[in-house]
Amino acid sequence: MTEELAKDKTASGALARRTRQLIEAAAPFVVLAACWQIGSLFFPKYLFPSLVDVLWHTVAIFATWSELAEVLATFARILGGLVGAFVIGGLLATLMARSAAVDRFLAPILNFFQGIPALSWVVFAVIWFHGIELRIFFIMIVTSLPAFTFQALGALRAISKDLAEMVLSFRPTRRKMFSALILPSILGDILTAWKVNLGNASRVVVVAELVGATGGVGYELLQQQQVFDMAGALAWTLQLVFFVLIVQRVVTMLEDRFLHYRAVSERTF
Amino acid sequence: MNAAARPDPPEIHLGHVTKTFGRPRHAAESFTAVDDLVLDIAQGEMVAILGKTGCGKSTMFNMIAGLLAPSSGAVLVQGRDPFRHFNALRGKIAIVFQNDRLLPWRTAVANVELGLEILDMPPLQRNETARYWLSRLGLGGHENDYPHMLSGGMRQRVSIARAFATDAKILLCDEPFSSLDEVTGQRLRTEFADLVREKRKTAVFITHSIDEAMQIGERIVVLRRPAKIAYDVRRRDVSPQAWEAVRPNIRSILSE
Repeated sequence: MTEELAKDKTASGALARRTRQLIEAAAPFVVLAACWQIGSLFFPKYLFPSLVDVLWHTVAIFATWSELAEVLATFARILGGLVGAFVIGGLLATLMARSAAVDRFLAPILNFFQGIPALSWVVFAVIWFHGIELRIFFIMIVTSLPAFTFQALGALRAISKDLAEMVLSFRPTRRKMFSALILPSILGDILTAWKVNLGNASRVVVVAELVGATGGVGYELLQQQQVFDMAGALAWTLQLVFFVLIVQRVVTMLEDRFLHYRAVSERTF
Repeated sequence: MNAAARPDPPEIHLGHVTKTFGRPRHAAESFTAVDDLVLDIAQGEMVAILGKTGCGKSTMFNMIAGLLAPSSGAVLVQGRDPFRHFNALRGKIAIVFQNDRLLPWRTAVANVELGLEILDMPPLQRNETARYWLSRLGLGGHENDYPHMLSGGMRQRVSIARAFATDAKILLCDEPFSSLDEVTGQRLRTEFADLVREKRKTAVFITHSIDEAMQIGERIVVLRRPAKIAYDVRRRDVSPQAWEAVRPNIRSILSE
């Protein structure tokens, strides 16, 4: 009887905790939406459309295959560019971590690239490449590459020398050294790098599509701008926001799955 | 010459080993940590290496482990150069470090399994072996705890279990109990020495403590900066009374 009561208490405690978490997660968005909706009562439709209009536009994009295909194309461009930049950045970081000469050679080039605005890369890509996909892939790679490289390099350099010597003392093969030490050591930083670069990439892809493509969310935003359809512009923007939130959630789930070992102090910073 | 009369080759051989850091040809920019060191360690010997801080003990240790190459001379472990033939000695040497060096993302049992994974032991067998060694070192029930959930003494026990689990014939220990409190250190030291004797390991045990060296060592080697042998005594060569008399000799060398 006492055990059952304790179980009930634990279950209700967990439910209350989850409800509180849900409310905390939703509260900022509810406040934001409420502010917008109030604004729509006082401003013309082309400046602040009602959220109901935005919602119908959003549903229409999901329900129309040709429009959904535009959204999916943009998602594919973001993910393709990020994966490409991650792979190349990872290779460059490995080379830079292994050789001081390579580091001295590549670091200034990557720093130089970082100083070039994303919009300039868009212009260069439009001049250099005819194919739209190649153009956008190039823009996504060059704008994400320096950040991925420096983040991966930082993660590799932060690997504990003590732990590396300990694993080395067992004389592992390269593959085992990677799986036992390197990957788990850098995973946290790599997942953070993905979160940061995902946000950047979603902004860059819109500019790239706006200027250099005939499809995708960026191109559709340009169409909405030409007809002063604010509800449409918001609906297309929300597609990207949803995408970023979904991928961020996946990354957070990976963090929860693989980084749960991290000790947490009872007293926070 | 009769082969039967030939003495066994040493398990560990350091022949006129010198290790210089920095730029060896520029005296002002270089530092000699080990200078012309000659030391042979026989199979099954438990040798305590004593010396002041900075006398080159850890450099010598790292050369035996194959983590550093000597500047000149020869280091041989089971007849092989541990630096050049690094992979050939896989599974032959295990190390217990000064701090536990546990992988924070692995549980206690997974940390003990690390060496066995590298030796390609099947998963079930390595899990059984790791659990056996954890239980042997008094950590039964803590197999699934992460390092941050364990005390300093428990973590060091996991690192000892990790070293013994691979069944390496040579154990290198770099002041493994120095960071523990006196009582825990004393208990672990005794358990460790018993295990080394039971498993007939060749052990090189670096320490700062004369008491620790006297308790554990079957042989005590005292190094003087830069890593030259100042004193070398075997327990079996002296009577129990004379063994205690070794203590003031070591103390006077270390205080020089």
